[in-house]
Amino acid sequence: MQRLRSAAAALFGGGTGTVFALLIVILAGIFAMNPGFFEGPSLMAFLKQAAPLVILAAGQYFVIVSGNFDLSVGALVGAQVVIAARLIDGEESRTVPVLLVMLAFGLTVGLVNGLITTVLKVQSFITTLGMLLVLYGAIRLWTGGAPTGALSEAFRKVGRHGIDDVPLVGQIPWALLVMLAVGAGAILLMRTRFGRIVMATGDNDLAAALSGARVATVRTAAFVLSGLSATIAGVLIGGFAGVSAQVGEGLEFTVITEVVLGGVALGGGRGTALAAMAGALAIEALFTLFNQMALPATLRPTVQGAIIIAAVAYAARQRTRPAAVTAPATVSPS
Amino acid sequence: MRTLNTTALSSTAMIYLALAGVLAVGGAAVALDGGNLFATANLVDMLTRTSLTGFLAIGMTLVILCRSLDLSVGYTAALSSLVAATTMDGQAANIPLAIGAVLLVAGLIGAANGAIIAFLKVNPFIATLGTGLIIKGYLDTEYKGPAGDVPAAFQQFGYTRIAFVPVSALVMLAVAGAAIWYLRSTRTGHHMYAVGGDIDVARMSGIRTTRVLLTAHVLCGMAAGVAGLLLAARFGTGSAEAYTNLYELDAIAAVVLGGTLLLGGKGGVAGTVAGVAILAVLDTVFNVMQIDPFAKDVLRGVVIIAAVALYARRQLDRTARRPRFAISEGRA
Amino acid sequence: MQTTRLAFASAAALGLLLATGCTTDAPTESQDDATSGAPSGDEWFVQAEYDEQLAQRDIEPEGDPSQPWLQAIEPEWIDTSQYAREGGDATVCFSNASVSNPWRVTGWITMQEQVKVLQEAGEIGEFRHSDAGDDDDQQISDIQAFVDSGECDALIISPSTTATLTPAVETACASGIPVIVFDRGVNTDCATTFIHPIGGYAYGADAAEFLVENLEPGSTVLALRILPGVDVLEHRWAAAQEIFGDSELEILGNEFTGGDAAEIKNIVTQYLQRGDVDGIWMDAGDGAVAAIEAFEDAGKPYPVMAGEDELSFMRKWEETGMTAIAPVYSNFQWRTPVLAATMILNGEQVPAEWVLPQDPITEAELADYLERNADMPSLHYAKFGGEDLPGFPDAWRDR
Repeated sequence: MQRLRSAAAALFGGGTGTVFALLIVILAGIFAMNPGFFEGPSLMAFLKQAAPLVILAAGQYFVIVSGNFDLSVGALVGAQVVIAARLIDGEESRTVPVLLVMLAFGLTVGLVNGLITTVLKVQSFITTLGMLLVLYGAIRLWTGGAPTGALSEAFRKVGRHGIDDVPLVGQIPWALLVMLAVGAGAILLMRTRFGRIVMATGDNDLAAALSGARVATVRTAAFVLSGLSATIAGVLIGGFAGVSAQVGEGLEFTVITEVVLGGVALGGGRGTALAAMAGALAIEALFTLFNQMALPATLRPTVQGAIIIAAVAYAARQRTRPAAVTAPATVSPS
Repeated sequence: MRTLNTTALSSTAMIYLALAGVLAVGGAAVALDGGNLFATANLVDMLTRTSLTGFLAIGMTLVILCRSLDLSVGYTAALSSLVAATTMDGQAANIPLAIGAVLLVAGLIGAANGAIIAFLKVNPFIATLGTGLIIKGYLDTEYKGPAGDVPAAFQQFGYTRIAFVPVSALVMLAVAGAAIWYLRSTRTGHHMYAVGGDIDVARMSGIRTTRVLLTAHVLCGMAAGVAGLLLAARFGTGSAEAYTNLYELDAIAAVVLGGTLLLGGKGGVAGTVAGVAILAVLDTVFNVMQIDPFAKDVLRGVVIIAAVALYARRQLDRTARRPRFAISEGRA
Repeated sequence: MQTTRLAFASAAALGLLLATGCTTDAPTESQDDATSGAPSGDEWFVQAEYDEQLAQRDIEPEGDPSQPWLQAIEPEWIDTSQYAREGGDATVCFSNASVSNPWRVTGWITMQEQVKVLQEAGEIGEFRHSDAGDDDDQQISDIQAFVDSGECDALIISPSTTATLTPAVETACASGIPVIVFDRGVNTDCATTFIHPIGGYAYGADAAEFLVENLEPGSTVLALRILPGVDVLEHRWAAAQEIFGDSELEILGNEFTGGDAAEIKNIVTQYLQRGDVDGIWMDAGDGAVAAIEAFEDAGKPYPVMAGEDELSFMRKWEETGMTAIAPVYSNFQWRTPVLAATMILNGEQVPAEWVLPQDPITEAELADYLERNADMPSLHYAKFGGEDLPGFPDAWRDR
């Protein structure tokens, strides 16, 4: 009984409940506007398009929960798509080698972010802002200002296609399966020793270090995971829509917003991976709702901003109450 | 408080050394290229570039000292440029009214940011990103392009200069001077360091932390308003599009380059001015040397990281003592 | 609120006046200086400019059709002998708004290749440029720096935003050097020459008229736009609204995409889930292929489509055989300013307002343009007009 209650608290309490409630409200709104949305194909299309953001949210979650930021993910997604297009250049046979290059590149960017932050002690906001500028400029220097080359059909398959002719839903997108795999991986990873150390590090790095955790290693690993998630997201986004000059721009702020909406505290130490990913789904569903409502495009940022503030403020209110009761059990945030 | 001042002073001195270094290296590079970085035209260019980022960065310093952040300043500045230009409407007589209106509107936005952060306990990153989006939606809906007309008299603010020093840079330095005085000599100024250092300790020692946070945000908003006035003076009209330039990130980079910790509690406006100047010198050097625009981004990114890494080496011992190595969590 | 006002404006014959009256933000903005200025804080529609641009499409431009970048529509030639200088090797300075999209990247390469030719001919000595990264304030500084340096014999400006660059351009004019403005204009005619293709209204109208002609009455059209508030783009949409307003087509919506392919595909997919979309109107062709793919993935027939002369779209168009048109915002205009600079410095006459031709690419010309650009990358513009420059094709292909 006790365990059940604490499980429920872990899932819905401590501010993370807000995001599930919000997600349900938004989905209800979409249903009211357009009941057809929940018929298989539309829902699958929605999940296919939301998958890269959910994956990015999972990666960003590790960085945030360990006490940092990763502002470079949007630029990294863009860089990966452009790298893929230029190196593959339409040749099917190059798909797999280029995917390996992208993987190496994504992990390297994460590693560099992590090392600059932990070894050189540069605050992650500045590290990753600098990385954003470097990636943005370097990739354009390399391609002469705008993407060149083309993606192969095989590369695009994962982001664009799926298992066809499934009863009820029509098509199960590969992107959805990738999303579920990444999501499950993130949740399971947080249950391992590594996950507990990540959380402890974000909560109080000094205490974590004193109890023997390798704080710098764990934080660097979180950045590497973020680089990995940006690589996977890049493969999906590039596959979904092909290569364009603007791909990835501004994703970093969307993703951080989504993760925080999921009740993950900036500064680290609090929040679940599941809720972070639910935050991504909620924001993507919100955009869908705007579209269903035919809300004037120029007004959307205003509504989005108000909803984000309200949701995070509401979650903060909720959090203050249980926190008072459980204060002795958990290390209070700083 | 005395020890704080001396360490702040020495790190400020280091930042001005860094500025001198950037000037020397930049000057040498330009000279090798056959130019002269210290020609009047280039000096004017450098100083002009400091003004806009300067106003934003001064305000940003105050909120960052309080361990907060303001990602909405670019939007506030864009809105302010429109408020200024439409209120002036080409009439020199409306200038005082317009300045008042801008400071009021920008101050109110700052107050809203401060209230959301202080009372609703929303993390500053999200709170100000949210207000930025709200303003963006308003601008996109209400203004489909430049609006208003700035009279020639007020355009002087953006274009006049005394010898090689633009008036806008002088005003920026005056504002910086006022901010330095404010932080060093007023009670609220001192409290900003305390709130940024540790808000719980500050509260327990009797500081009205919400009021301090609110004040910092109002001042930051008003500084963004002044930046908007400068934009209006430079453009001769108000422009909603100004928000697309991500001025807020420039300002934050300048603040951090100026030695202020993003974690709050350490730093000051004097350093920020040097940080702004470093970025301006870089821009001018890149321009004079005809660096490819994309290479500019790469170099700027590398310089920012490298500079902050250098500062961090000096601050290692102090950082290690901090309880948490993370940015501004709105602590409940 | 916006849609009601838009409907209001287009429904009423006095739409502009009424809408102005309804705006509280800039009620008393003077309407007299209607140079190329945008109506302040209000709808981007000026009937006179719209009529003029639509008429210009049918006027035969003066000059050699094989060199469209030197052609001019109804030019009013002005004397520039006051700027004539001896000895060639002029220092030409160029303040660029940015190279932040493939259209500008393509044009910038073309301009540099043209400059190389003029440098070899001894006309231009040094060519200096600055890039403002789409920041108006930065560009004002850039222009000031060029003027203050006193070393520019001519100054070329591609303004980032129309109204906001006006004071800086006026300062440059006052310095006495010839000033050449191209692409977007400014609210002053002090520049020696202002070079531009016909304009945004003509672009938007070309696209909208094609949809009206090729779709049955009652068909549905989705408008995809890059972002709000940019005059050249707003004019395209204003013209399209004017034409759609008089047609039997149903406009499902107009959405801002940022030119991001993923966003475009997502939006089109959502519209297709709710019903049929028969036509797509775009204010710029970036990401057009993603829109087409949304139809493929949804298993819907291809729409009638107005894209742009970007090769990715044109190649997809040929591959699918869909009914489409590629409106053109003449990329070859990037050659003209440097040529104009040398003409002015030689004291030759130039048009005061140099209106370049702007013809859309139709299905009949599609194969020809694809053939000519066969080696080019997909984010390249068919009417870039650099085929006769010595750097062709390597400079564009291996950029």
